[in-house]
Amino acid sequence: MAEESVLTDDFIRQLIDVGEVDILVGLATDNNAGTVGPILRTIQAGLLKSFPRERMVIINADGGSRDGTSELVTGASVDDMRRAYSGHTLRTLHSVSTRYAASPSSQAALRTILAAADLLRAKACAVISPESTNIEPEWIARLLRPVYHENFDLVTPIYRRHKFEGLLMRNLVYPMTRAVYGRRIREPYASEFGFSGRLGSDFLARDVWEHEGARFGREMELVIGAIAGNYRICQTYLGTKERVERQAADLVPAMRQTVAVLFSSMDTTFSFWSDTHGSQAIPTTGPESEVSLEPVRINRKRLKQMFSDGVAELEPVFSSILSPSTLSVLKHIASLGEEEFHYPAELWAKTVYEFAASYHKSVISRDHIIQALAPLYRGRIFTFLVENRSGSAEDVENNIENLCCEFERSKPYLLELCNGGK
Amino acid sequence: MREIIWAELTQATQEIVREFAHLLPRLIVMLIIAFAGWVIAYLLKWILRSILRLAKFDRLSENSGASQLLHRADLPPSTELLSRFVFWVAWLGFILIGVSVLGIGGLQQHIARFFLFLPRLFVAMFTIFFGLLAASFFSRAALLAAVNANLPSSRLLSVSIRTMITIFVVSMVFEELGLAEQTTRLAFGIAFGALMLGFAIAFGLGGRGLARQFLERRFVREKKSEKEDEPSPL
Repeated sequence: MAEESVLTDDFIRQLIDVGEVDILVGLATDNNAGTVGPILRTIQAGLLKSFPRERMVIINADGGSRDGTSELVTGASVDDMRRAYSGHTLRTLHSVSTRYAASPSSQAALRTILAAADLLRAKACAVISPESTNIEPEWIARLLRPVYHENFDLVTPIYRRHKFEGLLMRNLVYPMTRAVYGRRIREPYASEFGFSGRLGSDFLARDVWEHEGARFGREMELVIGAIAGNYRICQTYLGTKERVERQAADLVPAMRQTVAVLFSSMDTTFSFWSDTHGSQAIPTTGPESEVSLEPVRINRKRLKQMFSDGVAELEPVFSSILSPSTLSVLKHIASLGEEEFHYPAELWAKTVYEFAASYHKSVISRDHIIQALAPLYRGRIFTFLVENRSGSAEDVENNIENLCCEFERSKPYLLELCNGGK
Repeated sequence: MREIIWAELTQATQEIVREFAHLLPRLIVMLIIAFAGWVIAYLLKWILRSILRLAKFDRLSENSGASQLLHRADLPPSTELLSRFVFWVAWLGFILIGVSVLGIGGLQQHIARFFLFLPRLFVAMFTIFFGLLAASFFSRAALLAAVNANLPSSRLLSVSIRTMITIFVVSMVFEELGLAEQTTRLAFGIAFGALMLGFAIAFGLGGRGLARQFLERRFVREKKSEKEDEPSPL
């Protein structure tokens, strides 16, 4: 059933005009006039080329843009595209735009897209980020085909990245999701993904939308929900992920969107993950790509300094979260110079698990636990950068694999902590 | 003469016996009330202790920093302390009700005053507990934000926030209890004013450079080179 309270009357009227569809592509925007035009044309091209006989719609969920983003979406003509694919296209490609709120919210945007997909009974859906300026038409096919033709329920992307990009994903989110849930999903938090109408409707009906505490990272909850619900999952190589320049201040929001969601999901899925052992690969499609290796400028010294200062300043906070032995080792490595500094994978896995258990037990405010992890993550990243400074793509991959194995080996420790041990 | 003395003695004895006979049932009623009060107070203590244990009140108290204060003062844990407090307040209340049955002149007023003071005592306890909880939460939030923003003297900032909130809470508690209201208000004004003046002087004179940096960072667009030194997390 559609969520009437989520969709406005005007939006429902537009959706009724569209009628049932086979394929739906969702685009959540917020003042993206600068990029939405080319992205929309790429989506249209991808849809017309790969699904000429299907009924399709592009849904734009807008968070109150004031730069004319919605007008650009609704005004975008498909005629040029249609001419390019005139030999194939048989159906109308609709574009519908709605303003879900006066202020942007990724949760409300995803909920609007899911509700629209549910109402239109879409069989295969994809969500595309309005910031992915290097998107190609083939991405649309790669995200939708496994769902539409091969009965998969979720398609997650694998991006081609620089070896020092997406480090939170590689050093924490991927290894821990893999160890806890037993599925090797490289990008459990993705800005682009495909899903079946069945999974979308199931997730929409869940009691997760009204929780005040977890307003971020619904995309990751969808992935975890699909794993725990035993839905069919695959991943696909897409292409190069647009490199976004980051500041130190971006780390905590990123951790709230991913690490906090991962930790909190462990409360509701305990019976599933406590019985899961090891990990299994999931089907992967698309042309494989390696990490890129060109030199980038990263201030390693600052990472080390923020780690050492963090350990010294946050000692009273860490004493509520970490075991005395882990805290004592961290204090020791924080006192080392840059040359001798090493934050080993084993200690990192133990640290993360102790944080997860403290989050589970709510020993202090859960958001404070996530914030307290940020300085320690910087210490681990320092070691990762040093270890892979001159490493090849294969070396980097091997290091990530070793880290994942360490997380898997330490999983009994996590279980012991969550079951009441300290 | 002897008869008169004898008659007076007899009359006095009879009056004492009459008074005692008059008082004895009241005394028995008082003892019954005190005993029933003990049973009710004990039950209240047991129920409250169970509820607090179920609600993990000790953990909340640990988070607020109240447990550490109690430990330093050699007092029992907060759950036990609160249960005992409720027991004694409830039993004392019943004893006073029993005493009031005796009808001793002048005591009624004091008993009424005690019962009027009870709500204020509870409000004061409530204020101090949640005040300490707020002080702990906000000082930790400030500490984490300052560390993650790479600000210098994060611990000092955190301690200052905790101190300010604690001073504010303690002055509120004293005012609620009606203890040295004028002195407390004055002391709070002086302490808070001095702290603010100290900050103003320290930031305005001692930290002009820091203030400029802060304002530049806040209002001037950041340079590209500053953005490039943190690897992308996602």
